[in-house]
Amino acid sequence: MSVQSAIAARDADALPGKRDEDWRWTDLRGLIRTVPEPSPPLAREAMGEGPFASLAARVVAIGNGRGEAAIDIAADQVVALDVVSRGGGSHAATLRVDVAAGVAATLLESYRGLGEYLASTALAITLGEGARLERIVLAEEDADGVAVSQAEVVLAADAAFSQTTLTCGARRQRLETRVSHPGGHAQLRLDGVYLLAGKRHADLTSAVKHTGLDGRTDQLTKGVVRDQARGVFQGRIVVAEGADKTEARMGHHALILSERAEVDAKPELEIYADDVVCAHGNTIGALDEDALFYMRQRGLPEVEARAMLTEAFIGEVIDRIGHEGAREAARAWAAERLKGE
Amino acid sequence: MLKIENLHARVEDAEILKGLSLEVPKGEVHAIMGPNGAGKSTLSYVLSGRQGYEVTEGSVSLDGEDLLSLEANERAARGVFLSFQYPLEIPGVPALTFIRAALNAQRKARGEPEIAAPAFLKLAREKAAALKIDFEMLKRSLNVGFSGGEKKRMEILQMSMLEPRFLILDETDSGLDIDALRIVSEGVNALRSPERSMLVITHYQRLLDYIKPDRVHVLSAGRIVASGGPELALELEREGYDRYARAA
Repeated sequence: MSVQSAIAARDADALPGKRDEDWRWTDLRGLIRTVPEPSPPLAREAMGEGPFASLAARVVAIGNGRGEAAIDIAADQVVALDVVSRGGGSHAATLRVDVAAGVAATLLESYRGLGEYLASTALAITLGEGARLERIVLAEEDADGVAVSQAEVVLAADAAFSQTTLTCGARRQRLETRVSHPGGHAQLRLDGVYLLAGKRHADLTSAVKHTGLDGRTDQLTKGVVRDQARGVFQGRIVVAEGADKTEARMGHHALILSERAEVDAKPELEIYADDVVCAHGNTIGALDEDALFYMRQRGLPEVEARAMLTEAFIGEVIDRIGHEGAREAARAWAAERLKGE
Repeated sequence: MLKIENLHARVEDAEILKGLSLEVPKGEVHAIMGPNGAGKSTLSYVLSGRQGYEVTEGSVSLDGEDLLSLEANERAARGVFLSFQYPLEIPGVPALTFIRAALNAQRKARGEPEIAAPAFLKLAREKAAALKIDFEMLKRSLNVGFSGGEKKRMEILQMSMLEPRFLILDETDSGLDIDALRIVSEGVNALRSPERSMLVITHYQRLLDYIKPDRVHVLSAGRIVASGGPELALELEREGYDRYARAA
């Protein structure tokens, strides 16, 4: 059973939990005893403006699970998708995003929450032959909210999909991306940033399946956790039989800034093909004390030196964002989230 | 300028400095020489305020102000500059960004206005040219992928832009070939002034051919065991540290 159907049926026992291998670090079933009442409708005026409104030609809004069900992109354009949750109810939305063959588009997706809601969003994204889509996801859920966003992405040959997910977590949150990669020179970039404080939890899970010759995947996720926050990274790349000459790289690097913060990481490469170049790197550590002393010796106060090092650490991912406006918005968001404390 | 009296310092459980006393008057360059393990690096870290070095006795003052009660960045703002033996790499922070942030943090701590971007860039261009540093290099992450000589030149560039009044050069010659040593030494010598003092910490006499000290001190087993003029460095080069190791 999916999160979607568990919410629809208001069946808490159907929520995924620690007994499901894929959800063991993001236990929804153990957290939620009863699925709350369905959320009331949310008027468009009550939603306010999302963080990407000024960057997009077209804005699609989903309030408490209700809104448009499909985004068809037939010409080069920038589309903002603003998903808003308010109050203490539960809601689920499904959305289809189709990018026509040969079209180059940008999807600027934001999640904004206020309350103790249980929210789920399921997206089915398809890219036609030679289509290009850059998807930026900026998730700012409530510290008391529980939110799941799951995207199934299907690429045609020669398509290029780039994604950067940026999140500050929630009471419990999962941002999941599954990509079916046909090879045939299709390109995939799958990046993520999580900046967690307080008791927030964020889970960035991805699964990429290469099924044809000559596919490329490049994945870089970085996280900074402090206080009692918990970050989860699960990345799986499967190179199926026949997907020869696949090139896949996966990196996950996290900084833990306090003793009670936690990061769980599970990078997985499963390779059943030949002549494949696959690599993954995973590091979890603290800020470099030698570098901090060096910076302070030159006059930078400790707080400033720490902020500069962490911003630079995250900057490597943000620099990879192609859309300039979104890149600067992401940089400003990260600077704000990393400030002081 | 700098006055160290009966300084005792420990790292974890080991006492490294055992009653070190030293005075460096304004405008003078003093060299500290000593065998490995004498406490040379510990001295530079204690003076610059690195955490993990506990001072158990003694005092250090700069122009009469107690240094030991100040944080590392507060000492920097008062003009203490440590040139590292192995300058750190700071990934993702361009050299220019770093130096400007450091300069403005120091100015702010001293109650001075921040330097504006155009004035800063002009200054950086001038100083980089004098040190034969390609300005483009300053747009790259500080020290990342730089050669040993390039890193030391970046240290000198930072010195010349931050204009400290008390310089500590920790084994500045290590990892440098003769050409790099000459460029770095010229950079240091250009900073010599009646208002500025320097402490040159070195294992070998070689550096002192380029940066000529007013006084030379021998550090052994955590104390200054001999002091003299520049000729003392030559004697050490000839005869080694054995005599002082025994004296300590």
